[in-house]
Amino acid sequence: MKPLPFDYVAAADLDEALEALADTSLEARPLAGGQSLVPMLNFRLAAPERLVDLNGIEELSRVEETEDGGLRLGAMTRHSALERDPRIARRAPLLAEASPFIAHPQIRSRGTVGGSVAHADPAAELPAVLLTLGARVRLTRRPRDGESGARVERTLDLGDFFLGPFFSALEPDELLTAIEVPPSAPGEGTAFDEVARRQGDYALAGVAARVRLDPGGICDEAAISLVNGGSTPCLMKEAAEALLGVEPTPEAIEAAAAACAETSEPAADMHATEAYRRHLIRVLAERMLWRAATRARTN
Amino acid sequence: MSRAGGTWVGARVPRNEDARLLTGRAQFVEDVEPPGALHVAFVRSDLPAGRLRGLDVEGARAHPGVHAVFTAADLGPLLRPGAVLVPPPPLEGLVFHARTALPLVRDRIRHQGEALAMIVAESRYVAEDAAQLVEADIEPFDPVVDLGRALDDDAPRIHDDLPSNLAAYVRQAKGDYAAARARADLVLERRLSYDRGIGGAIENRAVVAEWDARADRLEVWDTTQAPIPVRNVVAAALGLSESQVRFIAPFVGGGFGPKIMFYAEEILVPWASIQLGRPVKWVEDRYENFFATTQERGQLHEAEIAVTREGRILGVRDIFIHDSGAYDPYGLTIPINTQCTLLGPYRVPNYESEFRVAFTNKPIVTPVRGAGRQHGVFVMERLLDLAARGLGLDPVEIRRRNVIGSDEFPYNHEIMYQDFAPLRYDSGSYEATLEEAVRLVGHETFPRERDRVQADGRAVGVGIVNYVEGTGIGPYEGARITVEPGGTVRLATGVGTQGQGHFTSFAQIVADAIGVEPSDVRVVTGDTSDFHWGTGTFASRGAVVAGNAINAAALSVREKILRHAAEALEVDPDDLELAEGAARVRGAPDLSVDLGALAVSANPLRGAVEPGTEPGLEATSYFGPPYGTTANGTHALVVAVDPATAMVEILRYIVVHDCGTVINPTIVEGQIHGGVAAGIGNAFYEELVFDEFGGTSNASFMDYLLPTSTDVPPIETAHLETPSTLNPLGTKGVGEGGAIPVAAAFAQAVEDALADIAPGLEILDIPCSPGRLFELLRAHPKWCAGSRPASSGGAS
Repeated sequence: MKPLPFDYVAAADLDEALEALADTSLEARPLAGGQSLVPMLNFRLAAPERLVDLNGIEELSRVEETEDGGLRLGAMTRHSALERDPRIARRAPLLAEASPFIAHPQIRSRGTVGGSVAHADPAAELPAVLLTLGARVRLTRRPRDGESGARVERTLDLGDFFLGPFFSALEPDELLTAIEVPPSAPGEGTAFDEVARRQGDYALAGVAARVRLDPGGICDEAAISLVNGGSTPCLMKEAAEALLGVEPTPEAIEAAAAACAETSEPAADMHATEAYRRHLIRVLAERMLWRAATRARTN
Repeated sequence: MSRAGGTWVGARVPRNEDARLLTGRAQFVEDVEPPGALHVAFVRSDLPAGRLRGLDVEGARAHPGVHAVFTAADLGPLLRPGAVLVPPPPLEGLVFHARTALPLVRDRIRHQGEALAMIVAESRYVAEDAAQLVEADIEPFDPVVDLGRALDDDAPRIHDDLPSNLAAYVRQAKGDYAAARARADLVLERRLSYDRGIGGAIENRAVVAEWDARADRLEVWDTTQAPIPVRNVVAAALGLSESQVRFIAPFVGGGFGPKIMFYAEEILVPWASIQLGRPVKWVEDRYENFFATTQERGQLHEAEIAVTREGRILGVRDIFIHDSGAYDPYGLTIPINTQCTLLGPYRVPNYESEFRVAFTNKPIVTPVRGAGRQHGVFVMERLLDLAARGLGLDPVEIRRRNVIGSDEFPYNHEIMYQDFAPLRYDSGSYEATLEEAVRLVGHETFPRERDRVQADGRAVGVGIVNYVEGTGIGPYEGARITVEPGGTVRLATGVGTQGQGHFTSFAQIVADAIGVEPSDVRVVTGDTSDFHWGTGTFASRGAVVAGNAINAAALSVREKILRHAAEALEVDPDDLELAEGAARVRGAPDLSVDLGALAVSANPLRGAVEPGTEPGLEATSYFGPPYGTTANGTHALVVAVDPATAMVEILRYIVVHDCGTVINPTIVEGQIHGGVAAGIGNAFYEELVFDEFGGTSNASFMDYLLPTSTDVPPIETAHLETPSTLNPLGTKGVGEGGAIPVAAAFAQAVEDALADIAPGLEILDIPCSPGRLFELLRAHPKWCAGSRPASSGGAS
């Protein structure tokens, strides 16, 4: 369990990192918290020729409250900041609620939000939570031949970012530099829970839910996303639509949860059969939609 | 005098070793890095069954930084099957086919992880790079994975020279089960299973060897539980005198059984050091550990119980298959433990038990904490629960009606135990532990007719089960105790230490005998240059066998101290007392001489001593019990089950146990906590998953789920002390008891919790993972998939 040899670049700033990634003749991987990449290196499941260490780049670890009431999380924001930063708890309570479920404190103090999203793991909590919040990712690279300027940037909806299991829209010379979380609206409630074998394990299944109620108590926006509910992190659109325009009664929520379970595509593995996962998704979806709706009524 | 008395045995003495362990200064094998050391990586088979047709190591040999690549062809006389460490007991009709592995595969591969080649390089990194360059041409065979089919006529044969995969057959019986069955009011038959698991020590195995050509000596650091036997085997294999070979088992990060085994790496690494003239180091990584280190469990039982309508046991019949893995170097210890421990603390007048041991293409099975006892306990306790349910009896009541009374000792079960002696219980407190556990868990007030469902929607249940633990078997251990001129006391013993607190509990025994503080006693374990007679740390025997050898040696030293002090102080020895590191005259403490001064005078540099006198204040003693002493206990737990998710939380865990004389309650509780944690792992979390090709799918701690600190509840303990009648200290072992009954208690409690939601649900297979529990619920006619905690709507 030792990695193959690799070239190591400790980038002092973002431009150095982008420079090191720009040479695509070499297979380079950014090293953020290393909580997934380093075990993969040690198991020799990944063998990049170059690691570009982002840990020295100060500008990537900033958390900013945006003027529209949202948040901008630098890619190197640690999971532990989600747990502890009062600005995050205030503006995106779902992030604070979900973060204790991400592995263990040791891992949360190293692991980063950008690393987790870029890894595109359907079993991870953050892709589901950020999808539910309608977050966007900012991708940055050096200009390629014929392009001008110092950096080239684009912003994608997360739904367009995740393309498959461990597969995203990120180009080899691009770096995920920030995550933008939109502001929460009045009348909105969110909730997260998961079922895991042990505290800190990858969940057998997890559900992130967001419900917004109009002043009459009718749901005018809903989003739900799953942990380990399919091969790619994604929003469960049929389940959300089942709630739109109706009052979130127990019956309505039960129907939405059932739609969520039906449209999910959980995989079987040694820890849970597909049927068990689907069952857990239904149970958790019902509980989380109810919890989110209850919170929405008081917000 | 059997024991000197005193105040240290029984006291909560802080552990002597903790300062070193807790500040990271304790020496482990991985810390040993001799200058110039080379590092080893093994090339291991990914396939569990096949024939090695060719092995091309030239690319690896040519890789920069590689010093040597060894294959079976290079081993010369070392290429012979390993020893059978434990012979089978002398039982009538017994069948036993001993098959052990070669150090490196010559042609036949019988389990995943068997070593094909050994690479020695500048670093482990380089060695692993070179390992990838080795090309093995393997003809794959159909593997034998499913234990239930391993003995079928058409199963692929694992050892070609045997007619089938049958490794052993044993039958033991007493009374007439068929007649008992015929007159029973209720007979229940069930199939039960208890699956495989690993030892799961934090520290994997490691060997560092340094051949010193000038001194003609070999020094080996090894994570073994049995440094002396391993030293002896290695010396013999390498053609060296035992006096040329020093084995040191320093602090070892957990043993749990697998490290009692003898492994090929323990010969190959020292041999490579001799071949290359360089120190050689191998540290097993976690992935290797899942194949190269032995495992346990894997039994299928077909059992039945015959009872009267009052719930009295008339007889038990149990037929089981035990999975030995690819080889059987540890004999029949595990299945015989199962066979014997099944009887537990109960009167079973008629018993019929037979087992077949099967070879499979899985890693080798040898004892892991509990060593088959938990399987027997699981079968018996489950049968009692089902019989109670069938008779409308409370689970506690059926146990009350069958436990052996305190006036029935010594109790003879009339079959043979793993130490080749009859299964006799020397003493015990079966009624008392049961009643104390019932009291502590509040069983009598636990609402039987209760609304089992809590406010949070989870259902609560209680489980209470009994167990016995055969402990402290022979053959023997020894100890040497020396009072040094500085007043320090040195104690050397042969057992290795893997966290059991030996540096303290052994010191307490010495402290009582010769009037010093436990912190004055410097304990050396597991270094063959300090003590070279003994067998090792296993079978919960350290405190019993080594402990009583230490007690005997300490009493001999005490006699020497008293004799020398009496001469020095010109008093009668009977007028002396030993306290505070000195011998002093009773009632006149100013008349005293300290132990250091006596040590000097007992070892004079000039002058004459009387013929027959031994120098110094030193004694060596040995202790071997006539047969194993039997500890016992009762576990009780309370669980909460979420019927919608099949997740189980243990709310309370209570252990009432009796290991005879308690030397140090804190250390005993530590053993119990660790044992219960292991048992919780067995019951709910741990499972080795083999794919259809026989490969292990979950060879990492990401997917092999050991319980962590957040999964193990606080454990409440109560100690009862019924001394053993088989040794002067009255001690019984406690190393495994915590692990043994957990699965049985867990199953009873979960069934109790689900009594209203899924009445009649039976948990007969361990581990009972949530996935398995979900399938049981889903198959139950009453369980409704929509049933979910009442609080599902509750906001938090």
